[in-house]
Amino acid sequence: MARKITYQQAINEALAQEMRRDPSVFIIGEDVAGGAGAPGEQDAWGGVLGVTKGLYAQFPGRVLDAPLSEIGYVGAAVGAATQGMRPVCELMFVDFAGCCLDQILNQAAKFRYMFGGKAVTPLVIRTMVGAGLRAAAQHSQMLTSLWTHIPGLKVVCPSSPYDAKGLLIQAIRDNDPVIFCEHKMLYGMQGEVPEELYTIPFGEANFLREGNDVTLVTYGRMVHLAMEAAANLARQGIDCEVLDLRTTSPMDEDSILESVEKTGRLVVIDEANPRCSMATDISAMVAQKAFDSLKAPIEMVTAPHTPVPFSDALEDMYIPNAAKIEAAVRKISEKRSAA
Amino acid sequence: MSQIHTLTMPKWGLSMTEGRVDTWLKQEGDRVEKGDELLDVETDKISSSVETPFSGVLKRVLARPDETLSVGALLAIIVDGEVSDAQIEEVIQRFQAEFVPATDAAESSGPAAQKVELEGRTVRYFDLGEGGTPLVLIHGFGGDLNNWLFNHQALAAERRVIALDLPGHGESGKSLRTGDLDELSHSVLALLDHLDINTAHLAGHSMGGAVALNIARLAPQRVASLVLIASAGLGSEINGEYLQGFIDASNRNALRPQLMKLFSDPGLVNRQMLEDMLKFKRLEGVDSALRQLVGQLFPDARQAVGLRAQVEHKPSLVIWGADDAIIPVSHAQGLAAQVKILPAQGHMVQMEAAEQVNRLIEGFLKDL
Repeated sequence: MARKITYQQAINEALAQEMRRDPSVFIIGEDVAGGAGAPGEQDAWGGVLGVTKGLYAQFPGRVLDAPLSEIGYVGAAVGAATQGMRPVCELMFVDFAGCCLDQILNQAAKFRYMFGGKAVTPLVIRTMVGAGLRAAAQHSQMLTSLWTHIPGLKVVCPSSPYDAKGLLIQAIRDNDPVIFCEHKMLYGMQGEVPEELYTIPFGEANFLREGNDVTLVTYGRMVHLAMEAAANLARQGIDCEVLDLRTTSPMDEDSILESVEKTGRLVVIDEANPRCSMATDISAMVAQKAFDSLKAPIEMVTAPHTPVPFSDALEDMYIPNAAKIEAAVRKISEKRSAA
Repeated sequence: MSQIHTLTMPKWGLSMTEGRVDTWLKQEGDRVEKGDELLDVETDKISSSVETPFSGVLKRVLARPDETLSVGALLAIIVDGEVSDAQIEEVIQRFQAEFVPATDAAESSGPAAQKVELEGRTVRYFDLGEGGTPLVLIHGFGGDLNNWLFNHQALAAERRVIALDLPGHGESGKSLRTGDLDELSHSVLALLDHLDINTAHLAGHSMGGAVALNIARLAPQRVASLVLIASAGLGSEINGEYLQGFIDASNRNALRPQLMKLFSDPGLVNRQMLEDMLKFKRLEGVDSALRQLVGQLFPDARQAVGLRAQVEHKPSLVIWGADDAIIPVSHAQGLAAQVKILPAQGHMVQMEAAEQVNRLIEGFLKDL
């Protein structure tokens, strides 16, 4: 009934509506201006995949194209955030984080702590994550767990157009630095999105499917693969509950535990590499806090511990898929009789 | 004469595209009478029973429990008289060969909610059916036009039916000026003006009942009759704990116990219902609109406006769930109206006992 737009349009709309509402919001990044028919260097791409297209014309002077220097423009955004602005900074690919890590890790994330709680840093870093676009090892990483590891940052990874808009508005209004991870394979996804402004609180997982047999916990693009697997498994008589974390920091531990206490079985699906990841983090948390509820070992479905391959065939093997999730669920479901 | 009837997945409201078969209440071989409940079906909004429109013998059960089927899909075969198995098989095969599930595109070409700007505010409404004096459905506090999900299509068989989102609700504009009954009433009248409707039957649920009563007070010439369902405006008591709890709830766990107060079967409050309600409550402007309305209409856990006197000026039907936990059923006493108390029903009686409520409304309007 409601209007359907894409994930990409939902992000664009959230930016436009927040810029209209709050004059302290501005955009800075590489190639973010454009799509407006403006002359010369002002009319670039509107973002490398066109997410900020058209905003330059609507908000003159508030969509800033930066030189190709992450250390420069991310640093500028961090500084502006400390001085009362609400910058939305676009780090084109999360893989480029190395070029500005000090600004995020040691500056933005630490100010509140270094200045006795008196400093706020309302910064959003929007960044593209994930594999699947045949973009090879330097443009395909899923670094969500890297950010989640750093206290002082909030980490968001929306899986749908509705969530993308509500979480981005929440991110912009938040007084702490937020890493907003946009999965590049989801930009074209359509979904119902209200035209009005709305927010989704951080740390609230979304139950996308209710079930009694196995809990599937995931986030980002993997949510859709988990739903596909759950639909297939339902036909085989296995009833999965699917939780979309929405934010990995803060993380909704209560909902994970509530679900595992009901089902007794957990599969964590994470597109990231397996060491020190969301998958291991969630598994450890559940093993510690809900051990008595578990009827079978926890399973993890992740990418292997290797960079994202350039070969199409290898990249397809690298990314978790519904078949791998189904196999993991079946593996721990077979332990039913022992329970 | 023998007849082979096909029972299909019903369409309860415009947004329903499929339903999940829960349990069969009758078995193959059972004799069934028109109006009997044959099975329970669950949708993403609510679960309800499917009644048979035919009498006969339940010959074939084709939909298995837990199966999710499109609207219009074959559920069962009911046979009236003597027919052979071969004839039944032929009907089933022909049905399955010809059945095309409605796609999203087909759905969107059907009657959909419309939006119009009236007096500087967006108003969303449905406009279904034709003929007769139109019936306008007015939802309650925190609701929207989908509160009539199980009513508007059935009622639209006989007449034009309009359902709207009141200001501050659903997909209508969220900002309120005074936030009182007059503002809500004027928004309904503005929609009637826009649709060139001079006179209408008004059906209101809860706060929507008070809006209907207030319209009868402000513009009696526009109102043909009143249907008041668990209506506000007929007494001073109201569940203040619910109102405050509902407004303050910002997550699933806080909202669940509040919504459970609305239904006689609290199991109906599933995650989907909670998600839908949270999506509404998180829209910009909703929180302040709801607080403003409670401040004006239900301050200090009391109803501020009494409109009992309006009932006797118009033909009125009053419907109430005997176990209503929000507005006490005792408010139905002593009214100059047809009063129907439905035993073991809660506040959302038009959803939970939709078939009964639809029949009562149809009968009442037919006899006017």
